[in-house]
Amino acid sequence: MRIHRVLAGVLTAMLPCFAPAQQDTLKEIERYRQLLQDGNPAELYEARGEELWKRGRGPKNASLERCDLGLGPGVVKGAYVRLPRYFADTDRVQDLESRLVTCMVTLQGFTTEEAKRNPFSGTGVPMLTTDPFSGVGQRSVMTDLVAWIASESRGMKIAPSMSHPKERLAYQAGENLFYYRAGPYDFGCVTCHGEEGKRIRLQNLPRMANAKDAQRAFGTWPGYRVSEGELRSMQWRMWECVRQMRFPELEFASDASIALITYLAKKAEGGTLDAPAIKR
Amino acid sequence: MADPMRIRANMTGDKVEVKVLMSHEMETGLRKDAQGKIIPAHFIRNVTVTHGGKTVLSAQWGTSVSRNPFLHFRFKGGKPGDKVTISWADNKGDKRTDEATIAGG
Repeated sequence: MRIHRVLAGVLTAMLPCFAPAQQDTLKEIERYRQLLQDGNPAELYEARGEELWKRGRGPKNASLERCDLGLGPGVVKGAYVRLPRYFADTDRVQDLESRLVTCMVTLQGFTTEEAKRNPFSGTGVPMLTTDPFSGVGQRSVMTDLVAWIASESRGMKIAPSMSHPKERLAYQAGENLFYYRAGPYDFGCVTCHGEEGKRIRLQNLPRMANAKDAQRAFGTWPGYRVSEGELRSMQWRMWECVRQMRFPELEFASDASIALITYLAKKAEGGTLDAPAIKR
Repeated sequence: MADPMRIRANMTGDKVEVKVLMSHEMETGLRKDAQGKIIPAHFIRNVTVTHGGKTVLSAQWGTSVSRNPFLHFRFKGGKPGDKVTISWADNKGDKRTDEATIAGG
């Protein structure tokens, strides 16, 4: 009894200093991120992506320079912050990666399967090698292109279009998916991203309903993951979250993935794109 | 042939500050692939930086250096407009040399 009371007293005495300690930790993490900013290997991916955009590839040996990312054929500057959006030629809402698949098919003559193959670069992390996207040390054309195209919107305001009915429909579907709980753990996106001030280990979990959190989260993807030594795209982020929730695999460039991205883009509206960023 | 390095060289006071990003797998030789086979080690062994015919940095690296290494250092004696030459060679005989011009402070 007495010991319990003493222990409780000690704990109460410790409480006031706990909050500042956590703040210091967050500040230190922030400082670490700042230090990393200087040497972001995403630059290497950006350089490769620019070269790949201009290089003739595929059965038609054509470049992607006439690819319409929403602002007209070949316009890359500022395209990323306006995606996902509705495209009349495909009659669907597309994010950057699904749009690049379309361009690889129509301009370069690849089949859809070929264009979708290896969308993510390899991690080499044994845990992930059973997924169809990555292999050890495998480079991804898609990832390189995404890095460069996103970098061409760096510093711009996130402003997804919401004028077309299908864009609003995608947003609605994305919102439903975000709040949908299922699977062996009864998980949903909202389980991790619905509350303020949560974190996994040292990573803060953004609460997507909070504009500032959403802007920061959305605005820093694609990002270079130091722990994996790879650049990761928004499609990968969705795919990985879905995998971690033990859901059935999220198909690359599927309508479901695009709906989720559309929902998040709208939540992050008005934020500044600071990508490709560097992450833990 | 390896991808080009990204090099920034700037004057900071009387010193030249150099930041280099290299594109390299830096495989440790300790990892296994999906089939359980060991992925052979592949890493940068020697890094040399020269300025005006003089070596200003020479390093011997091993497998503990991260993938896509970032190198940051300062040296004395450079001035804007000078060239800095960086080269690396890895354990498989692949090599790469890139050059940058020192920008003013």
